[in-house]
Amino acid sequence: MALDQSFVGRTYPPTAPYEVGREKIREFAEAVGDANPVYVDTEAAKALGHPDVIAPPTFVFSITFKAAGQVIQDPQLGLDYSRVVHGDQKFAYARPVRAGDRLTVTSTIEAIKSMAGNDILDIRGEVHDEAGERVVTAWTKLVARAAEEA
Amino acid sequence: MTHPTDQTLPPTAKIAYSDVEVGTELPSRSFPVDRATLVRYAGASGDFNPIHWNERFAKEVGLPDVIAHGMFTMAEAIRVVTDWTGDPGAVVEYGVRFTRPVVVPNDDQGAVIEVSGKVAAKLDDNTVRVDLTATSGGQKVLGMSRAVVRLG
Repeated sequence: MALDQSFVGRTYPPTAPYEVGREKIREFAEAVGDANPVYVDTEAAKALGHPDVIAPPTFVFSITFKAAGQVIQDPQLGLDYSRVVHGDQKFAYARPVRAGDRLTVTSTIEAIKSMAGNDILDIRGEVHDEAGERVVTAWTKLVARAAEEA
Repeated sequence: MTHPTDQTLPPTAKIAYSDVEVGTELPSRSFPVDRATLVRYAGASGDFNPIHWNERFAKEVGLPDVIAHGMFTMAEAIRVVTDWTGDPGAVVEYGVRFTRPVVVPNDDQGAVIEVSGKVAAKLDDNTVRVDLTATSGGQKVLGMSRAVVRLG
């Protein structure tokens, strides 16, 4: 069944702060095999003008996607998550995420479309630091594939 | 110490805006991925969807085999840009479309993600748009894969 268009524009409450740990950044950088010292060495980060080690560009997805769970699991919206695939992903950065950041995410449903029986859901996550400054915006497109014919 | 906003930081990228043209190619990279890579990425990212580690489950939901996390591929592809500029903090925008999964067989080889990139446009404020191409097994796995990055 097509998702309810009236959910477009709905914004969910900001998440509790996620504190970005330097060892979590290291773990992520190692998992993607990226040896750039700016992720693990404070001095290397400072040499590039950053106050502390920064996170790889896609690191923040773990935080925004968890926040998007509010939307995905909203029983009123009724998305069938077992049929969901990740369609598109985009980030726009005001600055890189860095160790010590305490980040909150505010998720908004930007669009709901139905194409060939597939439900397409666009979620925007605005990520702010403790001072209320925007750090990054993440756009996630989820596609719930049409259920097979009975 | 004070925390200046990063927009005011001096440009630090090792590639100069004046040195690149539309069509400038970035050094290509190959990223191997095997089952251990996926287990490690699952732990680091918190994405434990079994399609990325459980062959039986993956086949039950109609996939040919275990597939890599799309976000893993996205993380690898941007390395062509961040290794080129030196400063990952210079990435202003980055977006991809997940067009085809990276299938990771349970053998000694696993899969390889090949990524190339070239400057597609010179934009304002010392930024350029880089278009990335990512393939695995000869097939494109990302579409509309674009990054905007600030150069020195």
